Parts: sequence; C-alpha cells; structure tokens
Amino acid sequence: MKSDSLIEVDRVTFGYDASRTILNDLSLRFGRGKVTSILGGSGCGKTTLLRLIGGSNVPNSGEVRFDGERVDGRDREKMFRMRRRMGMLFQFGALFTDLSVFENVAFPLREHTDLPEAMIRDIVLMKLNAVGLRGAAQLRISEVSGGMARRIALARAIALDPELIMYDEPFAGLDLISMGVAANLIRTLNDVTGATSLVISHDVPECMAISDYVVLLAPGGRIVAQGVPKDLMESSDPETRQFVRGEPDGPVKFHYPAPSLADDFDVKGVSA
Amino acid sequence: MNNPVTAVGASTLRMLQAFGRAGYFFADLLRAIPASLRRFGLVVTQIHAIGNLSLLIILASGMAVGFVLALQMYYALVTYGATESLGLIVNLSLVRELGPVVAALLFAGRAGTSLTAEIGLMKAGEQIAAMEMMAIDTKSRVLAPRFIGGMVSMPLLAILFSAVGILGAYVVAVLLLGVDSGNFWSIMQSRVDVWRDVGNGIVKSFVFGVICTAVALYQGYETEATPEGVAYATTRTVVISSLSVLAMDFVLTALMFSTA
Repeated sequence: MKSDSLIEVDRVTFGYDASRTILNDLSLRFGRGKVTSILGGSGCGKTTLLRLIGGSNVPNSGEVRFDGERVDGRDREKMFRMRRRMGMLFQFGALFTDLSVFENVAFPLREHTDLPEAMIRDIVLMKLNAVGLRGAAQLRISEVSGGMARRIALARAIALDPELIMYDEPFAGLDLISMGVAANLIRTLNDVTGATSLVISHDVPECMAISDYVVLLAPGGRIVAQGVPKDLMESSDPETRQFVRGEPDGPVKFHYPAPSLADDFDVKGVSA
Repeated sequence: MNNPVTAVGASTLRMLQAFGRAGYFFADLLRAIPASLRRFGLVVTQIHAIGNLSLLIILASGMAVGFVLALQMYYALVTYGATESLGLIVNLSLVRELGPVVAALLFAGRAGTSLTAEIGLMKAGEQIAAMEMMAIDTKSRVLAPRFIGGMVSMPLLAILFSAVGILGAYVVAVLLLGVDSGNFWSIMQSRVDVWRDVGNGIVKSFVFGVICTAVALYQGYETEATPEGVAYATTRTVVISSLSVLAMDFVLTALMFSTA
C-alpha cells in the first residue's frame, strides 16, 4: 500500500561547505495530490530543499524519499528514472531561447518519447491551451513577456504528465494579473492532473490562497510553523504572525547583528 | 608563520582539483560521444554551425598569410636566384605549421569563445539545470555534439586555410612577381609528401581541434553563472587554448618531423 506522502524528507542536514549549514536536521512530509507551499525569507534554504528533492544536491546526512524510493543524486541512472516522473518550473522559466514556444514544450516529448509528429503537435497544443497560450505557439521566446515565459515553462514542465510538479518562486517578478493567473494555474493543474505540487515562495497571500498545506521555514531550515493556511493565518505565535503579516520587526530582527550604537559611534549614554 | 605555506598548499590543491575536474570532464565527454553519434542530426547541425562560424575569418586570414608569405620568400630567395623553390617553401610552411596552428588560434578566438559563451549563458539561464531536471544527459545532448563538431571542423578549416594560402601565394608570386607557374606547381608535386607533410598537418589540426573545443566547452560548463563569470570564461578559453596549441605544436612537430 502506498504511503500518503509522495515525498519524505527525513532528518536531512545539508551545507555547501563544512562551515555553513543550510538545512539542519529537517524532517517534512508532502502529501500526495496536495499543493504544499514552503514559505520563508531569502537564504533560509527553500531552493536548496528543492534541489535535494530533485537530486541535484546530496544531503550530508539523512535522506529524501520520492514515492518510497531514496533520492540519490550520485546514482545518475536511477535519478533520471525518477526525474521523468517530476516536473520543475524554474524561477525565470529556463526556456531554450533558440527554440520557439512550441518547440520548448515539445522538447521533453521529443527527448523521451517516440511519438509521431502529429501526436506531439496535439499534446503540445493541449498543454499550451491549459496555460492559455495555444495562440502563442509559434512565437519566439524573445517575443514573450515574463509572465508568459513562466506559463510556457509550466506547459513544458507538465508535458510528460509528471506526478510531482515543483515550482521555484513562481510569482517572483510578476505583475498582479500574471501573479493571479500563475496562482490559479498551479491550483487548477494540480486538481485536474491529480499531481502533487510543491511551491517554494515568499509570496504569502498567493500561497495561502492556493495551498492545502503550508510550511514556514526560517534560516538554517528551522520549521517555524506548519499546517493548513487558515490555522497559520490565525496563529498567535509571534514569529508566525510576523511572517504571515509581513511585519518589518519582531522575533525576526530588522537589524543585522551589530556592535552597540554607543560603541560604533563612540558616544556615551546611548543604548542599543 | 604558517600562512605562506598554507597559501601555497591551498593554491596547489586548487590547481590539482581543477586538473582533476578537467580530466573527469574530458572522460565524460568521450563517453558521451557514442550516444551523440546515434543522433547524428545534432552533430551535423554543430559541424555546420561551428565550421560556418569560422569559415570567413579562416579564408580571409589564409589568403592574407599566403600573400605575405610569398612576398617575404620572394624577397629572400631572389637574392640567391632560387625563386623556383618558392612554391615548395610556401606549401611546406602552410601545410606543416601555419595552416594547423594559425587556423587553430583563429578557431579558438572565433568558435571557441562562441561555444564558451553559449554554454555559459545556458548555465546562467538555468537551461542546463532544466535539461538535467528533465532527465536529459546534457553531456550527450549539448556538449558532445559540439565537441564532435569542433573535432571534425578544425581539420577541414586548416585544409581550407592552407589551400587558400597557396592560392594567395600563387597570385602574388606568379601573377604579380613573375615566378614561373610551372616551377611553382611542379616542385610542390615532386617534393611535398602527402602522408608525411599533408597527413601530419591534418593530424595536428585534429589534435588542436580536440584541445580548442574541449577547453571551450569545459570553460563554459564550469563558468560562474554571472555576466562577469562568462566574460572571464571566454577570456580563459582564448588564453588556455592558444597556449596549449602552441605547446602541443612543438611536441607534435618534434615527434612527426624528426629525421632520426
């Protein structure tokens, strides 16, 4: 019997070098068929977590499991088998600039299948239609806006109908309309395809609106809070409140740790 | 007290690690060749792109070198009444040395930098990472076709360089300076050996093609994903390729043309 969790992060510690630990003893579960958002400020290890799940990085200790199977970036063949069941939307789309919109979406189909050209055309147009860009199929990448590029990348990410779709900062740099479109697409695609979605972001309102489950991450990979969006929004915990309301000062300090003002400016009788 | 020792140790270690990484990269590249050859269309596209990129500069430079070489040789030989040897000297200079070496230096500057910038920008734009996440082996899909393209194009470009250079020398020596046309061609036919001279020149240019393309791809693949990183990587491509070609030329010349 399959576990309720598609991804299990089990006591993972990771640092790019010995002196700097990015994630420390982190354990998380991501439910099948759910949209889970991981929210946190810059540098708290969100993207690193995504790279660990995708097998681009290998944990220093602990393990990540995808559908019960250990994710091990060192075993390239096994990793590639797993990645065929994953789709990833990169922060700025990572589209191939020498290919048209159509060819970008067709790319994974051409690489991994022997489908006839007519069927590839139909699948590509269906995927583009799902993100509202069927009419843009013949455009070049240099001709599309940032929001459109993100949607094209999404169409490419779902071209092979993956079980897991990972979104790295899907709302970064988008205007309000594009942001709303992107958020709506993530939710709709998840419900229609039955995939599991994992959203890495620092945009609280959008993520709260579309997620089934939310994890708040602090630097070092410390979990501040996790739960359904409603519970987090109503939380009385000061750190959770500061994060979901975007307050500039609180348990997370506005000032970077520094010597006292009196010491730095060489004045007496001034505190802080 | 320990600092200078630590610094020397650290830089030595970094250098050895860089050599190690380059070695692994080259081995991976070679391993990826069979998979790339199975998708021959990708290779043909790259041969066309890389060869075509460099064609104009190679032909123009070959012609210019031929002009100058003929002129210099004529001035030197006319004093001894030996202008009938001009065709031979021009031919040997071009097919043995100038063709492979100058074509490789031009190739490094034109196609090499282009390859480094292309791969570096693909990395900076996360296109390489995106392919890896799509379970596509970037070494056989992106790098190996370019590597084969460079290896195949380089000897062809060197042959064209020499051929155009000889034609340039013919124009200057025969048409402008009045050297006998029959002498110009017949001494080449009788004294230039196809295998020893032309063949070794082609082997040289093949080796230079391997060096220039591998260096360009490695620099692009290992570049720091920033605009400055790509700029440094393209510069390193030209410097490392050029020095490696010159050093390897000495070694190959010593091996190929020693009379012992």
